Amino acid sequence: MAKRRRKLIEKIIERLLQLSGIATVIFVILIFGLLLGNGLPIFRYTSVGRFLFGREWFPLSGRFEIFPLIIGSLLVTAGAVVIAVPLGIAVAVYIAEIASPRVKELLKPAVETLAAIPSVVIGFIGLLVVAPAVKTLLHLPTGLTAFTGSLMLAFMSLPTIISISEDAITAVPMDYRAASLALGATRWQTISRVVVPSAKSGITAAVMLGIGRVIGETMAVLMVTGNAAVIPHSIFQPVRTMTATVAAEMGETVQYSPHYFALFAIGLVLFVIAFLINLIADLALHRKEIVR
Amino acid sequence: MNRYTLEKIAFAFLKASAMLVILPTFFIVFFIVIRGARGLTLEFLLSFPSKGMQSGGIFPAIVGTLYLIAGTILFSVPLGVLAAIYLAEYAKPGPLIRLIRLSIVNLAGVPSIVYGLFGFGIFVLMLKFGASILSGSLTLAILVLPLLIVATEEALLAVPQTFREASLALGATKWQTTRFVVLPNAFSGIITGIILAMGRAAGETAPILFTVAAFYLPSLPRSIYDQAMALPYHLYIISTQVPNAPPRMQWGTALTLLIIVLGLNLAAAIIRYRFRRHIHW
Repeated sequence: MAKRRRKLIEKIIERLLQLSGIATVIFVILIFGLLLGNGLPIFRYTSVGRFLFGREWFPLSGRFEIFPLIIGSLLVTAGAVVIAVPLGIAVAVYIAEIASPRVKELLKPAVETLAAIPSVVIGFIGLLVVAPAVKTLLHLPTGLTAFTGSLMLAFMSLPTIISISEDAITAVPMDYRAASLALGATRWQTISRVVVPSAKSGITAAVMLGIGRVIGETMAVLMVTGNAAVIPHSIFQPVRTMTATVAAEMGETVQYSPHYFALFAIGLVLFVIAFLINLIADLALHRKEIVR
Repeated sequence: MNRYTLEKIAFAFLKASAMLVILPTFFIVFFIVIRGARGLTLEFLLSFPSKGMQSGGIFPAIVGTLYLIAGTILFSVPLGVLAAIYLAEYAKPGPLIRLIRLSIVNLAGVPSIVYGLFGFGIFVLMLKFGASILSGSLTLAILVLPLLIVATEEALLAVPQTFREASLALGATKWQTTRFVVLPNAFSGIITGIILAMGRAAGETAPILFTVAAFYLPSLPRSIYDQAMALPYHLYIISTQVPNAPPRMQWGTALTLLIIVLGLNLAAAIIRYRFRRHIHW
């Protein structure tokens, strides 16, 4: 009797644990469903093509066309990627292959500290320190540009790129290095032609997750990119990203108005982009999971 | 070029890259500490803002942040720890696990502003909690869930398999083994994850924009259905929305936020370090 009861309790507990696991799936579905439910109604007011490719974001006069915002996000992201990817991989290689254990013990906490600094603090520094410097050094009418955003975002995505790349590089078997060095290759030749190529898939995942971080970043871009919803001619002009638009305008819209639906539709676009990026990163890791 | 010269150049370049990341990080922290320290008086920490944020302190924002941290942990820890136990101890490979893992990876990748939209849509509007500590905590709880699950799972997997075998061999059931052998041994690892999640919740701004954060409140929140001020939102407000806010207050707010967030991260690191040193297995 007691044994049967115990068995029943075990079953119930296992089910409870399983339900907790399944909750994560439910949350993803809920988020997607909510974005769909609140975002799709915008297409009663505009077409998918005009929403994505029209050039006029004037919510007050009923023009909901997010192409300038997409371009803004892409421009800031591209700038950040150009800076952060080579730099991040270089630092990862340095930490994994070259730095002495003591230097390593200094570098790793520094990278972790950078990862922990809230994005609003990075935005604050960008606004008060970096933007004025960009303005003066480059003789621009304003320091609040896509370029400033790229600088801050590059900085914010570095910890992701560094720590995941470093894991991938460290995971390359020692034998590979030994074989290369035994053939007379220098350490640099070994690193650049054997170790890094072997870690390629992990580094790809790191880069993808870094890009995901950059596209989804909100507060820093909201504070430093100048928030002009027009298509920029260069990276040294103000832009407005998709994330910043939602953050800046959601508070002031009327619930269930076209503007409200449009902002949720932007959220839907962001969700889909993030989903695809994560899927690619996940596949690159050969179905191994890395979450930070 | 001689390949050894090339190696020297390459290594110098890599070292310079590391400096390029470390030095700005150091400068940010250093800058905020130096400039913020002047404003960080007891009066600043313990008084309300006044004259439209032109003077006074940040007390309600600190209290609001503490409420949000507490609420986030309250909602996320039970779910996160149970899910991690399932993944680490019970789950068998198959499509369900693959789906759960993909969901966790995706929750971790969802942009923070999308969490803000989600929380606004579901907690504030649909469930009618309004902009409140409850809505904000629930939103942040889902945001930190992946971090908690991954940290807890790692802590559980670090417990040697032999511990489980010994317990099961003595006739304990699976749950008894998990509850009385695995969990206690993974305890400090789980605590580390919880503290990291607290740090994350303290620093996030985008998810609280429309779910809880108030520009200014004349009194402290009285219930979980009240709006609250919060440090990250306050920093955003006084650096972008308040004309001529005194720099002393801006830097002081930034420093307070940084102390809380980095302090929690440091606490997590210390626990992890001490635990590794005292490890017996």
